[in-house]
Amino acid sequence: MNWMKHLSLYFIISAIVIFPGIYSLVRFGLKPSIEFTGGSRFTLVQSISMPDVILQSFKEYTSILESSDGNGLTIKSKEISQKSVQKVLETLKPDNPDIKLTDFETIGPALGKETIKKTANALMISSFLLLTYISLAFKQLKYGICAVLAMFHDTIVLLGSFSLLGHFLGIEVDLLFVTAVLTILSFSVHDTIVVYDRIRELSHKNKNVDYVSLINQAVTETMARSLNNSLTIIFMLLAMFLMGGETTRYFSLALLIGTITGTYSSTFTAAPLLVVWEKYFGKNK
Amino acid sequence: MKFSKPQKISLGITVLTLMSFYIILPAKLGNFVVPRLKYKIGKLDFSREIELKQGLDIKGGLQVTLNVDMKDIASSDRSSALDSLKEVIGRRVDLFGVSESGVKTALSGNDYRLILELPGVTDPQQALTLIGQTAKMVFALPIYTPGVTASDSATLTGFTPTDLTGADLQRAQVTFESQDRSPAVSLTFKDSGKGKFAQLTKDNIGKPIAILLDGYPLTMPTVQAEIDSGNAVITGKFTTEEAKSLSIQLNAGALPVPVSILSQKNIPATLGADSIKKSVTAGAIGLSMVIFFMIAYYGWMGLIASVGLVLYGIFTLALYKLIPVVLSLPGIAGFLLSVGMAVDSNILVFERYKEEIRAGRDWRVALELAFGRAWDSIKDANTATIITGLILFNPLDWSFLNTSGSVRGFALTLILGIFISLFTGIVVTRNLLRVFFRGKQYTNQSPTTNN
Repeated sequence: MNWMKHLSLYFIISAIVIFPGIYSLVRFGLKPSIEFTGGSRFTLVQSISMPDVILQSFKEYTSILESSDGNGLTIKSKEISQKSVQKVLETLKPDNPDIKLTDFETIGPALGKETIKKTANALMISSFLLLTYISLAFKQLKYGICAVLAMFHDTIVLLGSFSLLGHFLGIEVDLLFVTAVLTILSFSVHDTIVVYDRIRELSHKNKNVDYVSLINQAVTETMARSLNNSLTIIFMLLAMFLMGGETTRYFSLALLIGTITGTYSSTFTAAPLLVVWEKYFGKNK
Repeated sequence: MKFSKPQKISLGITVLTLMSFYIILPAKLGNFVVPRLKYKIGKLDFSREIELKQGLDIKGGLQVTLNVDMKDIASSDRSSALDSLKEVIGRRVDLFGVSESGVKTALSGNDYRLILELPGVTDPQQALTLIGQTAKMVFALPIYTPGVTASDSATLTGFTPTDLTGADLQRAQVTFESQDRSPAVSLTFKDSGKGKFAQLTKDNIGKPIAILLDGYPLTMPTVQAEIDSGNAVITGKFTTEEAKSLSIQLNAGALPVPVSILSQKNIPATLGADSIKKSVTAGAIGLSMVIFFMIAYYGWMGLIASVGLVLYGIFTLALYKLIPVVLSLPGIAGFLLSVGMAVDSNILVFERYKEEIRAGRDWRVALELAFGRAWDSIKDANTATIITGLILFNPLDWSFLNTSGSVRGFALTLILGIFISLFTGIVVTRNLLRVFFRGKQYTNQSPTTNN
């Protein structure tokens, strides 16, 4: 099949997905969790007063109600010590005799900044190592560069999605999200390598076939494998997202989004990029 | 009777499976107590159940990162001060009697930190109050109560604190005696302590003096003579290790460093139990979907791959118990994810097999070719995943990369997953196919050319 005939279509599809994400990233950014900003989060159970009243008593810590259900209220605030929370709870005791603190989490702002720096380091080191590894494994820089570009494509889709999710649904980006992003880097490259590997193999076998036909053939031959493998991962992630625990729900979602774009990009971004590369930097031009 | 190579490998796999299965069995199945072998290899004791280590987010408990204020400590003394503090706080943590509590030191730029994990602590406030105190060292005189009868020796019943405290001590150091080079600990007092120490030694010649840290006696040397120089040496039958440990503890009293809470997390145990239940359900459903898909799409081959996948699960859990991997919620997510990825190499091989069949080869040849040719892409693709896995895991503890436990837990399960899945996806499945698979379903297809 002549997949590469519709080159511009693939880039347009990518653009349609990427631009709202980039717009959202620039405009709204990501919604960082207290792991990045520093601050506290705690859950109170058995409160009788209205959530607003309770929130009011934590006013000096710029508290926000994060969620409330039958069991309790989760409040996010500036950095606060557990002692201070207990003190405020004492003042609430007359109206709420059984009020109790269950979860408590606090993170100093310094730690948050450090996490951002370490994340940036990890991203840069990963990208560089993957670029080097692929370029060496395929003995040509273009494979490394195109694979890493496709990887950035997936990263931006993932970041953009979470920027939108953060803006509209209030979903936060935490340390696990960072882990998901780094995992997706490897997923994206993993799939791309399978396609490139086939291109490499075919180019050894058929020396006289032009490069675009080679790519077409490679894409055709690896399509079933790409889809099937992603499907098995998607089954797992979907089950984890829908039925898994609260703690890892959005982690699963991030991996799910990444896996889907990773599958798309290995065929419809990484391979077409090679065609574009050949067109502009190819030896015969 | 001789075994062929695939049969030998199959036998090996069977033995490995049985062993792994034995390891992952819980202590009890319903009312049935699983019998255990009386067998030990090093630290591993097979006579009881090897436990799956659970992380704090599953067990519940308290995690605290303490910032250590080294402002008043000379930079050359800082790392020994951190060690002393670890020792002191470690002992306080032990007072709680929590099992598997951990105190780790961490260095981040110029910041010195202690990370504490206290599983199962239900009153975090009380724990923090105790842990957050600055270490207090005091010199004290032991009080002996004479025995009831004359033949009973006197017992130590308490201490009378003196006015000489850790604040008066400049530093403690390991020294070696000039005569026999035996290790000893030297004490250097500040000017404020010189006089007090001289008085104390003068009054107690021939008697013991106790040095208490947080009320706990570190050592009880006997005074030999009055010391007015402010320099004392504690001798005894120390090993170098013991002398070092004593000097570290004495320094903790001499160099009291204030600590503050940098981050704190209390995790109720119920949350973890609930998450585990949900993760197990999700995992079971995901796994059955993967198996169903593999069988529906690849037929017999898919079934054999599914057997490989189940073995993957058994091997992985056994390895988690043996290493041991501390299982956290992200770790479980990593494991489940790796189950989805484990069939990746199978799919690569099977697709390759189909191609070879389409090219008109006999199924036996096609099978061997498929494994050989798929290896290149399997190798390259998995190396890429291992690279990012290692960056997440940060095995060398580089301070410019993440050191968070949850991230590392995930990365470790991911990396282990890759290696085990390569084993089950290639060695195990290949042998199972060689022994059990007879290519029929594709042989009657007419050969077609590629493209």
